[in-house]
Amino acid sequence: MSCACACASGPSTDSQEVPARGCCQDEIKPSATKSGCCQENSDGKFDSKGIYELIRNIMDPEHPLTLEALNVVNQADVKVYNEREVMVLFTPTIPHCSMATMIGLAIRVRLLRTLPPTFKVTVRISPGTHVSEHPINKQLADKERVAAAMENRNLLAVIEQCLTFEEDSDIHYDKPASCGNPDGISATTSISGS
Amino acid sequence: MGRLEGSHILHGHKGRVWNVAWHPEGHLLASCGEDKTIRIWGRDGQKWVCKTCLSDGHSRTIRAVSWSACGKFLASASFDGTTSVWTYTKGDYDCIMSLEGHENEVKSSAWSHSGQYFATCGRDKTVWVWEVAEDNEYECAAVLFNHAQDVKKVAWQPDGTEWVQCANLTSHTSTVWSIAFNGSGDRMASSSDDLTVKIWQEYPPGNAQGIETPDNIPAWKCVCTLSGYHSRTVYDISWCPLSGRIATACGDDKIRVFQESPESDHDAPTFELEGTADGHTQDVNAVAWNPKEVGLLASASDDGTVRLWCAK
Repeated sequence: MSCACACASGPSTDSQEVPARGCCQDEIKPSATKSGCCQENSDGKFDSKGIYELIRNIMDPEHPLTLEALNVVNQADVKVYNEREVMVLFTPTIPHCSMATMIGLAIRVRLLRTLPPTFKVTVRISPGTHVSEHPINKQLADKERVAAAMENRNLLAVIEQCLTFEEDSDIHYDKPASCGNPDGISATTSISGS
Repeated sequence: MGRLEGSHILHGHKGRVWNVAWHPEGHLLASCGEDKTIRIWGRDGQKWVCKTCLSDGHSRTIRAVSWSACGKFLASASFDGTTSVWTYTKGDYDCIMSLEGHENEVKSSAWSHSGQYFATCGRDKTVWVWEVAEDNEYECAAVLFNHAQDVKKVAWQPDGTEWVQCANLTSHTSTVWSIAFNGSGDRMASSSDDLTVKIWQEYPPGNAQGIETPDNIPAWKCVCTLSGYHSRTVYDISWCPLSGRIATACGDDKIRVFQESPESDHDAPTFELEGTADGHTQDVNAVAWNPKEVGLLASASDDGTVRLWCAK
């Protein structure tokens, strides 16, 4: 794992650049998931549609459905500012959803792996949709906690499950008819082990 | 208005650099990061070079480094739950101690100025205070449970000879990432995810302002809030003992320097933004003023670099 960057430095000049992303940075970052990388629009910039494309197929940790199918994420709640900041609001299926932090983390990790490192990402619970909204938002905003969590093999395995996309599948997950009764979903599907 | 100019960019770390710390003599700079290494940088003519790279100390991200006041020891706090103590002998750094006890990630460590005590803190919400015996044995003197959540940072008051919980300072509305005492130790600055910096002042028993000090323990009051300057989380703060300047490390990639206004009231001080530095391409995680050279500032960033700056 050799690095071509010199460890010494001279006085900084305009021509001295930070190593390009392909140099030092990629060795630590987990590899991009097979669902493809950046979704830039034709101008080479990221907009809310492009970023929504990156997250809508994330799988719920408990149910075999995408976050889009469960209405946990929607494009209107992805907002891009200044071409380098994105705020994603997500809506847990029920106010006591125990997987809310996990879902938020999966969204963050997905964006961390696919957006340029200079992008500022904020992931929050849609206001008023979860009983532990404030502490969960605080944790998701805490990059130190996110970094430590990503070094946790067990936790990372669950996240990877959420980020495994069924690319070849023909199945399109339509929104469940009983959208207003999410408990009906959890009653019929088995909950994966923690 | 002062200016902050970049003077050197130090490459070497792979991935995010979390922290930087100056040796008390000011001639060496330690840095650490998610690549699990500690790098020690020193001058080589006009350049700064990496003198040592310590890569076997920890099995996970190294979150913070700090030097003892005497300069003989270097501590590294890691997500692996341990804190290592290193010393320089015979041309190399040896790990002489690995302190265990925290249940999970250790986030900060610091020696007291006398060198008699050493503190560590972490996600398990505790602060451990260790007593340093003459033969460099570290014994746990206390485990403090005062925090309700993840403890991000420990710092000793400059003249403190004893440790006692004297205050629970509440004012920030979100995570407090860092704290820094001024040179004389009667003021402290804190930086937070709530985008503000707060300045706290100590009022000892019998103070002229009539602030109450129950049990004869000094009281601390928030005397100033700097808001509207930072657009993202303020990850670190450093207060220069030589010039009184305050530097902040922010998630908007910028470093800012503040100085107390000339007409500032002691009990309601005002601080001015003296300069802003662009250069880092990602979050700045740490800033540290050199303790001997006025105006020399080091920073660490998610962009993988350590940078040196000159405040004029």
